[in-house]
This record gives sequence, C-alpha cells and structure tokens, in this order.
Amino acid sequence: MSEFFGFLLSGVTVGFIYALVGIGFTVIYNSSGIINFSQGEFVMAGGMSTVFLLKAGLPLGVSFILAIMITSMIGIVLYKLISFSKESSQISLIILTLGFAIFLRGLAEVVFDKELHTIPSFVGDGSFDMFGTTLTYQSILIMIVSIVIVTLLYFFFKKTKTGQAMMAASINVDAARLMGINIKKILMINFALSATIAAIGGILLTPITSTNYEVGIMLGLKGFAAAIIGGLSNPFGAVVGGLVLGILESLIAGYVSSEYKDAVAFVVMLGILFFMPGGIFGNTKAQRV
Amino acid sequence: MLKRYNINRDILTLSAILIVAPFFFQNDFYYEIAIVSLLNALICVGLNMLMGYAGQVSLGHGAFAGLGGYIAVILGSRYGISPLFSIFIAIVTMAIFAFLISKPILRLKGHYLAMATLGVGIIISIVLNVEDELTGGSDGMSVDSFTMFGYEFTDSLQWYILCAFLLVLTIWMFTNLIDSPFGRVLKSIEGSEKAANSVGINVSHYKSIVFVISVVIATIAGSLYAFFSGFISPIEASFSHSIELVVMVVLGGLGRIYGAFIGAVILTILPQLLTSFEDYQTLIYGSIIIFVMIFMPKGIASVYEDVKGRVFASNK
Amino acid sequence: MLKKIGLSILAFLFVSSFMILSAGTIRIGAIVSATGPASFLGDPELKTLQHYVKKINDAGGVDGQKIKLIAYDTSGSPKKAVTFVKRLISQDKVVAIIGPSTTGETMAVIKFVQRAKIPLISMAGAVAIIKPVKKYVFKMVATDRMACKRIMQDLKKRKLTNLALISGSGGFGRSMRKQCKVVAPSYGIKIVADETYGKKDTDMTTQLLKIKNNKKVQAVLNPGFGQGPAIVTKNYRQLKIKQPLYQSHGVASKKFIEMAGKAANGVRLVSPPVIVADKLPDSNPIKKVALAYKNEYEKTFHTQVASFGGHAYDSLYAIVTAIKAEKSTNPQKIRDGIENLKNFQGVDGIVNMSPTDHLGLDTKTGMVMLDIKNGDWVIVK
Repeated sequence: MSEFFGFLLSGVTVGFIYALVGIGFTVIYNSSGIINFSQGEFVMAGGMSTVFLLKAGLPLGVSFILAIMITSMIGIVLYKLISFSKESSQISLIILTLGFAIFLRGLAEVVFDKELHTIPSFVGDGSFDMFGTTLTYQSILIMIVSIVIVTLLYFFFKKTKTGQAMMAASINVDAARLMGINIKKILMINFALSATIAAIGGILLTPITSTNYEVGIMLGLKGFAAAIIGGLSNPFGAVVGGLVLGILESLIAGYVSSEYKDAVAFVVMLGILFFMPGGIFGNTKAQRV
Repeated sequence: MLKRYNINRDILTLSAILIVAPFFFQNDFYYEIAIVSLLNALICVGLNMLMGYAGQVSLGHGAFAGLGGYIAVILGSRYGISPLFSIFIAIVTMAIFAFLISKPILRLKGHYLAMATLGVGIIISIVLNVEDELTGGSDGMSVDSFTMFGYEFTDSLQWYILCAFLLVLTIWMFTNLIDSPFGRVLKSIEGSEKAANSVGINVSHYKSIVFVISVVIATIAGSLYAFFSGFISPIEASFSHSIELVVMVVLGGLGRIYGAFIGAVILTILPQLLTSFEDYQTLIYGSIIIFVMIFMPKGIASVYEDVKGRVFASNK
Repeated sequence: MLKKIGLSILAFLFVSSFMILSAGTIRIGAIVSATGPASFLGDPELKTLQHYVKKINDAGGVDGQKIKLIAYDTSGSPKKAVTFVKRLISQDKVVAIIGPSTTGETMAVIKFVQRAKIPLISMAGAVAIIKPVKKYVFKMVATDRMACKRIMQDLKKRKLTNLALISGSGGFGRSMRKQCKVVAPSYGIKIVADETYGKKDTDMTTQLLKIKNNKKVQAVLNPGFGQGPAIVTKNYRQLKIKQPLYQSHGVASKKFIEMAGKAANGVRLVSPPVIVADKLPDSNPIKKVALAYKNEYEKTFHTQVASFGGHAYDSLYAIVTAIKAEKSTNPQKIRDGIENLKNFQGVDGIVNMSPTDHLGLDTKTGMVMLDIKNGDWVIVK
C-alpha cells in the first residue's frame, strides 16, 4: 500500500506541471480558437532563461521575474505574427504555431545551448518522509504555486473587469466588439497570460527534472492532452485533466510498464476524443470548428 | 489520345526534369538527397489528396510511413520474407489499420482531428521505441538490401529510377482521379461536408477511402526509404517527421498536385544546404515556416499563380 | 514553374560540385555526438581530435602530409550518424573514420563502412561492435563486458550478492545490462531486480521506488551514459535508498559530478584509468601516456579531463601509426596497419590487434574502480 501512495504522490507533482501547461492551452484557445503548438516551448523558454540568468550571476528573484517577462514577450510576439498572417484557416494557423515552436527551439540552441541544465531547488534539498516514500520541498512548492495560480485565474476571470471582458470575448467576439471591448488588446493579454503561466511551470520544473532546448516537445503534448481531457475551453478542467494524467502515468509506470508511461496521455486523449469529445467537463463550445 | 489519359504538359515537364537531373549528380550523396526528396514527395502527394482535396488534416503521416516501413523491414530482415512481398503485407496491414481508425478519427473536425491523428502517431512512435526486441528500440535497426524479382538494388541510380517512376505514376493516377467523379465528390466535401451530405453523398465513406489511400502511399514510401537507406529508426515515425510532411504539403500549396512535389524537394534539400550553418539550422527552418505561413499561406505554387494569373492545367 | 525550380536545383548541384578534393592531405572523418544527451562523450572527443590534429600538422604532418579532419556532430542520433557516414564516404572521400561516440550509432553505421571498405575506429563501449570481428571495424575502448566483470569482482569482495539493475534503454545501457546478466552468475551474484528507463526520461522515481521496496536488494548498478545516470543518482538520494550505488564507465567525466551535484558523492564507478592518471602508481605502464594526455588536455581546455577524450586520442594515433607503418593512405592499407598494431601505447591501455581481435586492449590496465568523494575521484584500493 505504501508503494501505491508513493506512486500517487509523484503522480500528483507531475500532474500539476501538466495542469499548468494545459491551462496555457485553454487560455489561448478560449479567446482565439487557436491551438498553440508552441505552448511547450514557452515552458522551455521559462526554464532555460532562468538557468542562464542565474548563470549570469543575477539573484534568484530577479531571474524569475526576468524569465517570466521574456516568456510573456515571446507570447506577444506569437500573437503579433498570427495577426499578421494573411489567411486564418486552421491548417495554416496550426502550422504557424508549429513553425514558431521550431523557431523557439532553434533560438534556444543558439542563444543558450543544447545541453541539459539544472538549478538547485528553491526551497532547499529537504524532503518529508511519508507513506514509505519521500516528498521533496520542491514538489510541495509546485503544488502550492499551481493551486495559487488556479485560484488567481478564477478570481481574474470572475471578478475583474479585464477578466470578464476576456470571458465575454471568448463567448461572442462580435457582441464583445459591439460592447466596446478592444478585442486585439484582449487577445494580446491572453497570449501573454498563457506564456506567463507556462514560464512559471517551466521554472518550477527545472530543479526536479532539469531542462534543455527540447524539453518543451513532450511537455507541450502532455499539457495538450490534459487540456483536451478537461474539455479544452475550461482552464479548471485542464487542472483536473493534468492531475488525472500525472497520476495515471505514475500508476502505469509503477504497476504495468515504465516504458509505456508516455503513451498513457495519448491513449486517454484518444478515448476522450472518440467517446466524449467535449472532455469530462464537456460543454457546447467544444463543438467549435 | 494523350488528352484522354491526362498526359499533359506538366507531367511531361516533371518527367523531363527527373530524367535530366541525374546527369548533374556528382556522387552518391546527390542521389541520396534526390531519392529522399522523391520518396517524401510521394508521401506528400497522398497527404495532399487527404488535406488539400478532402480537407482532412493529419499530423500522423510520418508515423504511418514509419510503421509501414517497420512492418516491411521486420518481415524482411527478421523473418526472411522477400522484400517485395513484405512490402505488400505491410501495405495490406496498414490499409486495414487505416480503415479501422478512419471511422472514429475522421468523425472529428478541425483541431480535434489534428490532435487525434497526432495522438495515434505518437503512440505508434512510442511502441516502436519500446518494443526493442523487435524494432531495435531508439537505436533503430539495419535493413537487408532490396531485391526485386531476384534483381538486387545496390546502385543509387537503380533506386532513383524506381522512385522517379513511382512518383510520376502516382501523380499521373492522381490527376486522373481528381478529374473523375470521385475527385469532384472530394472537392465538394472540402467545400462543405454538410452540403455534400445533404445531396446524398456518403461523406464518411469517401473520407475513409482517401485516408486509406494516403496511408498506403505513405507505407510504400516509408518501406522503400528503409530499404534504400539500409537503416530504420523510430525517428522516421516521430512527431517531427509528421510535421515535416505537413509543412511540405502546405509550403508547396494545399490542393495543388505539383505543390506537394515542390514542397518536398525544397524541404529535403534545405537542411543539407544549411549544414554549414549547423547551429542555426533549426532557427532558419522555423523562420522559413513562419515566413511562408504569414506571407504566402496558400503555398509556393499559389504565388506563381498569383503572378501568372493562370492555374495549372491539371488543377482546373 | 516546375522548369524554373528544376533548373535552379540543377544549378545548385553543379556549382557545389566544385568544392571537392585538394591533393596532398589525409582526409580523416569523425562522427561524434558533440551536443545533446551524449555530449558528455562527444564534446571531449571532438576537442581532443581538433587539438591533436592541429598539433600533428604544426609538427609537419604525417610523413609530410597534413591531416584534414572532417567532423560531424550527430547529437547522439543513429539516423544522423548513418547520413554522415554516407556523406563522409561518398562526398568527403575520407580514408578512415573515427567514431561514432555511442554504441547505437556505431551498430547503425557498421554496414556502410564494411560495404565501402573504409576502416572505422569506434569510440563506443559495447562488445558487440567487435565481436564477431568485422573486417573494417575496430575499437580500443574497454568493453562493457570488461566493465561488468570489474564491478562483479568488487561486489563479490564486499559480499554484496543481490544486485538490482536500472538500465538506460539506449544501445550502451541495453548492451551492458545484457553483459552484466551474463557474467554475474560466475561471480555468484544474483540479479534480483531489473528496471529500465527511456533515453529522454527526466524522472526515475517510480523505478527506484520499486527497487527500494524490494527487500532483497543489496546493491544497485546503473548501466547508462549521459543525463540518465545523473537523474538516477539524484532520485536515488531523494528517496534515501541506503544500498551502495554503482555506475558504469559511461559516467567517467566531471560533467556527471556537475549534473548530479552533491548526490554524486558516495557513488562507486568503474572507469578507464586516464581520469586519475596522476594518482596511478608509477609501475602502471600506461601512466606516462595517460598523464601526458591529461595534462595537455587540462592545460589547453581549462577543464578536467574525461575518459572519452582519451578514446579519441587513441583512435587518431592508431590511424597515424598505421599510415606510417604502411607508408600509404590507402584505406585498405590503413585497415591492415590498424589490424597489425602491436604494443601500441594508448591512453586507455596497451593495444595488440590481430585479425581475430579488433579490440586488442590489455584487460589488466583497462579499468579501475573509483569512489566519488567531495566531488572528486578516489581510487578504490
């Protein structure tokens, strides 16, 4: 039984990371109907920037803030590119964001390098022993920060004027425009917000799993699966989706085969797409074409 | 007579280019690039039919080509079945596989379809990586040489001729198909599925057929590539290979037969040209995709049309 | 349209074909994994090759001919290794090839050098590379089998008979796992757990948890190279597993200690002797060459020597020695020359090749056991 809790705990930690990536997908999809295939690269950008800012001798706090700012700028650049595009068919937008992901990976190779990097845990190397396993302080930090981010997002969308404007825009663009909401600005904020969340995920993750220029590929895809499981248009669904994935992965790795754990996310995703395309928190917006 | 079989100027031009090209090849390295271009073009012609004519995105065709290749190679190299017959078995297997998954997958639309094909592709590539007893795992496996009717393919020129012939043949068949009633049905599906449905077309049936055809072509190209290069690894079936193929099709021009060829040739040669900028290769590649998507989202073939105001005869 | 594109492609092919071949140089190819997950290996190898080629050329070359090194980075991908070997053979027309760095890549390219009849000296570990003997393929690096035997000896001495394996799934890890399973019984050692992890996995907690909960385990061995073992070591300490952790010669570089940080302390590993050349007894016959290489490398690159660079040094000088002995740069002659190497003093040990032995490395000088203490190597007595 202690083994079970051990797997569960390590699954929850990873699950929160998937959740953070997944939320990023939903924030952009909700406002623009675009699936951003460079979401994973935002995560990479956050982690790698932090590593190299720290290497340059900047203090921890400054590095975090700069890394987040850099990543949100990247998000805005992507938005600008999309708005430049002459055509907005889904295929060309998918390929544009895929191209942007490749571009970011290439940029990271040049600006940083191709090596694997790690940074010390922000809260010390200590850990709690529980259920026959250990829970590092860094894992606990990841859980706390994720919960805080989700809570803040909730209040942002429900209580603030900008947040409500963003919700309105996502429900009906034309109506929102008529009401005097600046759609372009809203979209830009969404891209920046999504990149910010991804960057935070990337930074938190680095002490545990290390980072390199291509770490974003798999993370992006898993986060994406998390978003689908949760229903794609629902940020809070993505959190549940991420946790479900993280825990399932860990249990499969523990009891069935550690080699097939990466396949779990996609098998679950296909199941959801085939049998409940709206996700477990399905709503009408999922039918959006 | 010529007209009846759609042997038009474009296909003759293509044949002429393919015949003349080898005279400029200095060594095997040029042949290698040419052959890979041709095989990529082959997959792209099929993928273009699916994406450009039937309007269905697939982010999994690299994986289908890779899996097809693996099936042929494993049957050939591990079980001693003749290459041609093992490719045949691979084609049949992949066709059945494609047909089975086509029903639930092609019911999805837009992003959901893209994601589902992507998911299937990634699962395939994970299986190929994990089952290392059979596939050699992430390090890949060597492939025995290719023989056809007791005739061994050792020379690059032989491969070049085989691939060029297959490509011209496939393009010719497609031009005929596009002009047939079948092609017009596809176009109507691309335009509006609902409209097509309402006039009594069994849309899902047609979509499945096109999907299966494109997977079969990918299987042929994937297995030939494995036999030609003498080596196969899960990279052939990776997410990035699938993306590369889609980019080739879109770069060349969706729904333009020769666009697929142009896109495949350009994107196969490009990385070789960029080896001297090794560190910047990925960066330049990404920038080119972004540039094309922003400034000529309908592909290179469309730019030509804009300028000339004339459509390829075959695509009218 | 098609015509235009066709013409411009042809024009490109035509122009670029003038770039080939200048006479009077010896063209040697190198395929190294200088970046990516196996950069531990490839980076010091490439540096070593570039440095010593320059050194040889500055001193007048080999019998008056300069060496031209044509090196490609595979970033650890067998597919790229295949492409580059073909390119080296048909486009660059090299007379011999050094590399690849990893087992998987080497196994992938063997067929092509055999067909083109170009000698290749691999820098990878697996015994399968040279057993069975392939006419054009050599290696002078200690095999995984030798490493396994050395580790089993040590385990036997410490009376740790129940061993758990956690292996990388790449060629090196897979091959060493197999070899260790083969040799274990002859030392009276039982494999009681056998876990694996993927090439790019970033968390091995689950596998280690299973090992931790296996009460029989007395020691753990991690065959693998690159980032994997560093993560295993970190997770190992996080889970507070008490049993001794053994690593392979795949981690014999300071980079490993850097990556694993404090967790590396207490790890025991098997290694080629070069990284502790200064601590070897003077009686050791390879001390002179190894120490000279170590000092020169550290002076030139201001970083600690890794065993992998030594492989590159040995491969390069083996080819040079063969060229001098045969007085020819014909690939066939170079191959004969390498096969006839006798009493060749390399960084990794003393090499005696023969038509039936394309490794030729003396087992007694080939491997040492090291402990990591305070971020440094200590020879196990």
